[in-house]
Order: sequence, then C-alpha cells, then structure tokens
Amino acid sequence: MLAYALRRLLLAVPLLIGITFVSFVVIHLAPGDPVEIQTGDMSQQHSAQAYKALQELYGLDKPLHVQYWSWLSRLARLDFGRSFAPHGRPVSAMIAERLPITLLLNVVEMLIIVALAVPIGVLSATRQYSTFDKITTIFVFIGFATPDFWLALLLMILFGVQLGWLPISGLRSLNWEYMTFWQQQWDFLSHLALPILVATFGGLAGFSRYMRQSMLEVVRQDYIQSARAKGLAERVVIGKHALRNAMLPIVTILGLSLPGLIGGSVIVEWIFAIPGMGQLMVQAAFERDYPVLMGNLVIVSSLTLFANLMADLAYSLVDPRIRVGRRRR
Amino acid sequence: MRDFWKALSRNRLALIGGVVVACLALLAVLAPAIAPWDPNRPDVKNILDSPSKRHLLGTDQLGRDVFSRMLFGARVSLAVGFVSVGIAATIGILLGSAAGYHGGMVDATIMRVVDLMLVFPRFFLLLAVLAFLKPSIWTIMAVIGLTGWMGVARLVRAEFLALKEREFVLWSQAVGASAYRIIWRHILPNAMAPVLVAMTLGIPAAILTESGLSFLGLGVQPPHATWGNILNEGKDAIELAWWLSVYPGFAILVTVLSYNLLGEGIRDALDPRLRQSAGRVVSRGR
Repeated sequence: MLAYALRRLLLAVPLLIGITFVSFVVIHLAPGDPVEIQTGDMSQQHSAQAYKALQELYGLDKPLHVQYWSWLSRLARLDFGRSFAPHGRPVSAMIAERLPITLLLNVVEMLIIVALAVPIGVLSATRQYSTFDKITTIFVFIGFATPDFWLALLLMILFGVQLGWLPISGLRSLNWEYMTFWQQQWDFLSHLALPILVATFGGLAGFSRYMRQSMLEVVRQDYIQSARAKGLAERVVIGKHALRNAMLPIVTILGLSLPGLIGGSVIVEWIFAIPGMGQLMVQAAFERDYPVLMGNLVIVSSLTLFANLMADLAYSLVDPRIRVGRRRR
Repeated sequence: MRDFWKALSRNRLALIGGVVVACLALLAVLAPAIAPWDPNRPDVKNILDSPSKRHLLGTDQLGRDVFSRMLFGARVSLAVGFVSVGIAATIGILLGSAAGYHGGMVDATIMRVVDLMLVFPRFFLLLAVLAFLKPSIWTIMAVIGLTGWMGVARLVRAEFLALKEREFVLWSQAVGASAYRIIWRHILPNAMAPVLVAMTLGIPAAILTESGLSFLGLGVQPPHATWGNILNEGKDAIELAWWLSVYPGFAILVTVLSYNLLGEGIRDALDPRLRQSAGRVVSRGR
C-alpha cells in the first residue's frame, strides 16, 4: 500500500512539471505584454526607459527557457515570486489569502453532492422506472443543461432582488464589524448560501446519475442474488452488499471531476464577487500577471493531482484487487 | 440502418430533441430574414424596455432588440458547437487510432499526453489562453476544440484495441494492405458509432463552455451578440431588467437539453450496449 502510494506520488511530479511547462510556454508566447500594459500611458521617452527597466526587473528580457528554468528552480524552493502589479506583493501571500475560501466552497459542495447524490442514485436504481426515478431523471437532464451562471442570475433575481432574503455579492455585509459573534456567523452563512446552491446543482445531477447507473449494474450481479437467497433483509442487501460495490466507480469519478469543480468555482466566484482563487485567476489573466497566474496554476494542479491520488488510494483501499500489481488499462 | 431509424423514432424524447435541434438550426440560418430589428442598432429612446408587442423580449441597455440579438446569438452558439467538436473529433480520431492500432511506444506516448490533458484544469487553461489571445469566434472554436479531444481519443483507441484482433483485420493484414488503408477503410468505419454519439453529446458541452466564456467577457466580443454576452450585460442590469437574464439562459438550457436528448437517443438506437460505456465521454465543458 505504502509502496503504491509512493510510486503514484513520484509519478505526479513529472506530470506537474509537464503542466507548468506547457502553461508557461502558452502564457509567455501568447500576445499581450504585461510591461506594455503598465507603461502604455506614460510619455514616449519615459515609457521606453521604464519599459526596459521593468523588463529587466521581471526577467522578461531573457530567453524563454532561461526564464522557465529560473521560475522552476525558485518554485523548488517554494518561492512563487512577486506579482507584476504595482503593489508587488509575494504571490504566496496573495494565494494564502484566497485559498481558504475556495477550498471551503469546494469541500462543502462536495460533501453536499455526495450526501444527496448517493441516496438519490440508490433510490432511483432500486425503484427503476418508478415515479421517483422518472422525476430524478428529468431533474438530471435539466441539471446537465442548465448553465450555472444562469442559475446564479435567476437565484439572484429571485432571492436577492425580488424577495430580498439573501445577499448577492461578497462574503460580508457592510455593517459586519458592528454585529455580535453569532450575527457574524449567520451573515457569513447567508452570503455563502447562493454560491453553494449554484455550485452544487450541476454536480448533483451528474453524480446521482453515475450512482444510479453503478447501482443498476451491481444489483444484477450474482452475489446480490446469493445475498438475497441466503435470506438477508433487502435493507442489508442493498445498504451493505450492493452499496459498497456501487460506490467504487463513484470514488474515481469524484477524483476526476475535481478540476471541473474548481473550474466551475471560477464562474461562481466571479458572479458572487467572492474573493477566492478563481477571481484572482481571472484578474491575473486580464492584467497579464504571469507570476500570479503560474502560482495559481501550480496550486490548482497540485490540488487536483493530490485529489486524484487520494481517489486512487481510496479506491485501492476498498478494492484490494487494484493494489496487486494491476497494470493500468 | 433501418433498425436504427426505427429504434430512434420510437424514442419520443429523442424525437422532440431532434425537432428542436432542427428548428434551432433553421432559426439560426434564417436569422437575418426573421429578426424584426437590426441586432446591433442602438435606440436611445427605448432603453431597457420590458417585453412588449414592439420588442418581443424587451431591449437592452443600448435599446437593442433582445429577440433579434438572440436569433443572431444562436448562429454563434451552433457554429462554435459544430466547429469545435469537429476539431476535437479530428484530433481524437487521429491520435486514438494511431495509439490503438500501433500500440507500444506510440500508444504509451499518446496516452500519457491524454492523461496530462485530463488532469489539466481545463477552465484555467481556457481562461489563460483566451485572456491573452484576442478573443474572437475563431479562437474560441480552436481553444475549445484543442482542449476537448481526449474523450474521443480514448474511445477510438478502445474500439481499435478490440477490432484489430478481429478476423477481417487479420485477413487484410495477411493480403498485405497498408496500415493506413486498414485503419481508414476497415477499422475506422466500424469504430464510428460511439464517436458519433460522443460528438452529438459534445456539441452541447461546447455550447455551454462558449456561453460561460462569453459570460465572463472572454468569449465572442460585443457588439456581436451571443447568448453568453447578453447574459453578461444582464448581470449588470439585474435589478432593472430580468428579461435580459432570463431569456438567453433559457435558450441555452433548451438547446443543450435537446442535443443531450437527441444524443442519448442516437446512442440507444445505435447500440443498446453503449448505454454505459459511451456515457459522458466528452466532459461537461467546464
């Protein structure tokens, strides 16, 4: 088990380097020059001087492979560099400010999705073609087809504008400082309600569908028949024997869908003005802030790789067949 | 083939999906003829008018007719859907068949690239690339296509692995047919069914991605109307004009839903066994 985990961890390193290399090249070769954005509104003479000075400061005057190498060797020392923005703050500090809220959103979202999708999938599989199954199927198709940003707009119009029940942007009310402790917690939660609802919706459709399909396959297996034949209660057959096996593919899909969920939170964070990683990413992209972009990408890719690894480990934990030298594919 | 049409026509939902898809295509093609107003002509006297007989779905911040803009937006969505899926399928088929047929190092290399692309946070890549390139309908198509071919490649490879051991392939090898000929003339036609299904389901995914990017302001640029950028403008007027937010999003929902119903219908009709395996091979676009 430990050897397997270590081997996978070692494989993740070249993958991560590959990702950073590709993005570094794409970002630097794409048109648009961060220095030009900053010096564009200066007078001609000053701008030429400032342009050169800034290029040297940022190291942009060197060849691309030299830039990548120096970026990578700094990264090896966990130095993400400094932002190109005038404040020039360290990228690590900017990310540290924003990572917790994005992680909180994603983790809560995942928990809600799993907590709802598993029972929904099991129920609609065990009662295939029942009214419940048909309703969830309709819900799934609509869930697949609903753009999350549109759902966000609709909810903002309904709960924010028409009913006025929930705040529609940011994380705190203006009078946050004057609230008691519990009022502050409530305020925070009510700001998170709509973003989490939106982020959960699309994922829920997908996962309840996967769960249903997986369950349908499992209940057809012989060992379920034999469990029934030896007289176990249906509750035990489904809840214990079938569920455990039906969960297997879900674990993998959960890990694989993480980049999608994090990607989805870019849109959610942007709409609801939540100061998280997604918002930082969009800002950095518009301002051509290379170090911030690359730092973001490293964090998000490592999280994704880590989640994939965790999913695979969990999988091999519940299914010992995987561990024993099974070749991939 | 007749069995296919018979099975498809028995599936009522898929038929409805197909009809809606056809209607949408027709509306998009005929947009210049149907649109009651010039989609890009501002009208300062009628800013943010609510839906009425004059303006069926109201007007936006510049007084432009939302209904006409949505008709023209349909052209963008459908074009992006078809072209980007075409790009993705071409790359996927080329790489998938090479990997599946040749095996060995070729296979290992291609599949490592696929793995790399799959763990890549796709939306971040799209963001980074689009923020740097000048966003236009062509870059959108290219970028969505270039980041979405992995599902097709995997499918084609799996089909090739199974088919290349079959007798008809062994026989063509025995009579000395070239690898090129065997791949294109003998194996590929037999492997196309799941690819077609994946392509049908890939179109709505691409449409969703495009509208999301346009909504963020990284897609097709104003004044060209797309469903996504009408929604973007709707966000700023959310307290004044609900119609700017409600209708374009509903159009996206209906379009994506119809394509999904049609795609699943085609899949079931082609081969009921595919129900599980060809699932959502093309990711949901995010």
